[in-house]
Amino acid sequence: MAFSDQFSLDGKAAVSPEVLAEVKPAHKPRPKLVENDRSFSWITNKVCGIVEEKTPTWWWVAFSCAVFLASFTAIGLTYLVTTGVGVWGLANPINWGWAIVNFVFWIGIGHAGTLISAILCLLKQPWRTTINRAAEAMTIFAVACAGIFPVFHVGRVWFAWWLFPLPNANAIWPNFRSPLLWDVFAVSTYATVSIAFWYVGLLPDLATVRDRAKTKIRKFAYGFFAMGWRGSNRNWSNYEMAYLLLAGLSTPLVLSVHTIVSFDFAVSLVPGWHTTIFPPYFVAGAIFSGFGMVLTLMLPLRAIYGLHDLITQHHIDCMCKITLATGTIVGYAYTMEFFIAAYGANPFEIFAFINRAFGIYAWSYIAMFSCNVICPQLFWFKAIRERPHVVWIISIFVNVGMWFERFVITVTSLARDFLPSSWGYYSPTWVDIFTFFGTFGVFSTLFLLFLRFLPLIAIAEVKAVTPQADPHHYEGGHH
Amino acid sequence: MSDNTTYGLAADFENPLALMKAAEKCRDEGFKSWDCITPFPVHGLDDAMGLKRSKVPFFTFIGGSIGFCTGTFIAWYMNAFDYPLIVGGKPFFSPVFPFPVMYELTILLAALSTIAGMFILNGLPRHYHPVMKAKNFAGTTDDILRITIEASDPLYDSDKTKAFLHEIGGTNIQELED
Repeated sequence: MAFSDQFSLDGKAAVSPEVLAEVKPAHKPRPKLVENDRSFSWITNKVCGIVEEKTPTWWWVAFSCAVFLASFTAIGLTYLVTTGVGVWGLANPINWGWAIVNFVFWIGIGHAGTLISAILCLLKQPWRTTINRAAEAMTIFAVACAGIFPVFHVGRVWFAWWLFPLPNANAIWPNFRSPLLWDVFAVSTYATVSIAFWYVGLLPDLATVRDRAKTKIRKFAYGFFAMGWRGSNRNWSNYEMAYLLLAGLSTPLVLSVHTIVSFDFAVSLVPGWHTTIFPPYFVAGAIFSGFGMVLTLMLPLRAIYGLHDLITQHHIDCMCKITLATGTIVGYAYTMEFFIAAYGANPFEIFAFINRAFGIYAWSYIAMFSCNVICPQLFWFKAIRERPHVVWIISIFVNVGMWFERFVITVTSLARDFLPSSWGYYSPTWVDIFTFFGTFGVFSTLFLLFLRFLPLIAIAEVKAVTPQADPHHYEGGHH
Repeated sequence: MSDNTTYGLAADFENPLALMKAAEKCRDEGFKSWDCITPFPVHGLDDAMGLKRSKVPFFTFIGGSIGFCTGTFIAWYMNAFDYPLIVGGKPFFSPVFPFPVMYELTILLAALSTIAGMFILNGLPRHYHPVMKAKNFAGTTDDILRITIEASDPLYDSDKTKAFLHEIGGTNIQELED
C-alpha cells in the first residue's frame, strides 16, 4: 500500500507487518483531501485569486443586501436605547425572551468553528484544514452578534461595563457567585481566544498574500499584519507548538463556554431549567447548530468559487455525519429530560415538561423536535449527503430548529412557572424582530468582508496535508 | 569569512524529501546559523535540522499560572475582602463558586502568552529580513523550498559552502545581501 493512498501525517506505519499479516485489514484507501492532485502553486493561486480578483458583482449585491439587513439591528437598538428596554416583548413573568434566545443561538453557532479548529486538530483529522479558516471566521462573527444581546439587555447600555469587575463610583464589585458573571468571563475569553487563534492561523497566509500583492496599499496592509513572517523552519517549529497549544487550550474553552451558558439556566430553580443534563446537552446542541451554519455557508462558497477540489464530497460527508451524531445526542437529551422529569417525581418539573410538549407553546416544541431530531436523520443516507442542495436545505432546518430549542427552553419554562396567578404568554415586539433579523445582516456583512480581504482557506495548512508535502511520498520512487 | 554586505547563501530544493535530506547533511556538517524556508511546515524537518523542542510551552505555563492566581485573587479580594458581599448565606470566599472565573482566566492568559511566546521566540514582528531580498522570495510562500546558510556561521566560506550546497542537491544557488 503506497503512502499516498494510506495518508498518514507522520508517514510511519503504526502497526508491525506481522500483526498486519495476521489481522489482514481491508484495503480501504483514505479519501483524498485535495482532488485531482493539485500542486502547491495551484492551491496558492486558487485561494489568493479569490482575494485578488476584481470584486465580483454578486459580492456587491450580497453586500448591499447584508448591510441593508444589518440596518434593522441598528434601528431596533437605537429605538431601544432612546426609549428603554420595555420596548422589547419582555414582561413578567417572562423577563428573558428573545434577547437570551438570540444570545445562546449565536454563541452556539460559534462552537462548530472552534470544534473544527481545535478539537479536530487534536484528533488529527486532516480534513479540517480546508474548512477551518471560514469556520473560525464564522465563530468570531457569531460571537460578535451574540454579544449585542446581553449588552443591550442591561437596559442602560452605557453602564454595560459594570458587567466587568472594574472599580466604579458605587464602590461595589460584581457577584462572583452568579452564573451571569461566569458567563461574562466565559464569553469574553472565548471571543478573545478565538480571534487570537484565528490570527495565528492566518499569519503564514497573510505572508503569502503579501508576497503576491501588487499595489502599495495591499503590500503595506498585508505586510503589516503578516508581522514579517518568512516561512523559516525555526519559526515554524515554534509556530506549530503554539498552534497545538492553542488547540489544546481552545478545546476545554469551547466546552466550558456553552457549559457556563447552560449554567445561566441550570443554576436557577425554575422547573425545566434546573437540570444536570444541561451542560453536555447545550454543548452538543451548540456543535450541532454550528455545523448547520458551517454547511449553510460552505456549500454556496464551494459552488461560487469552484472549490470542489478543496472542499470535496468527503468533507461534506464528514460534516453531515457530525451533524447527524450531535443531532441524535440532542434528541437523546430531549427524551432524557422527560424521563428524568417523570422519574424525579417533582410535580412542577413534570408539569413543565408536559407543558413544553403539549401546552400553549407546543408549536415551538414541534418545530424544535422535527428540525433537530428528525431532519438530520436523513444524513444516514449517502444519496442525501451527495446532493448539496438537499444538504443545504437540511442545514437551514437545523439552524431554525436550534433557534426554537432555545426559545422552548427559555420561554416555556418562564411562561408557566410555580404560580398560576403569574402565568403569562410571551410575544416579541417589532423591535425584537428587527434586532434579531438584523443580526443576520451584521453576520453576513462581516463574513462577506472576510471573503473579500482574507484567504478563506488555510493555504499553508492545506499544502501541509497534501501527499506531495509528505517527504515519504517521494520514497516509493513515484511522484 | 566573507565581506560585511553578504548575509549568506541560499539554495532551492526540488521537493520536501530532497529538502529534508539536505537539511540532515547541513546538520551533520555542523552548521549552526542556517535555516529552511518553506511555504508550509514540513513534517520531520525539525529533527532533520536538529532543532530542540520549542520553548513555547514555558510561556503557556507561566501565563496559565498567572491567570489562575488572578482569578482566585480577584474573587477573594472583591467579594470577601474589599466589599464582603452576602448572597444567599453563602461563604464570602470558597474555591468552588469562582472556579469558572479561575478556569476562564487560566485559559485566557495561557493562550495570550502562548502567542506572545511564539512571537518573542521567533523574533517577530520584524520589519525586514535579508532572506526577503532573495530572488523569488515570494515563491517561498508559494511552493519553493529553500535552505539558507548565514555568513556569520563559523564554518561559512563563500566558495566551499556554495560547493557544499550544490553537492547536497541545491539549485538556484544565490548570495543574499545583508
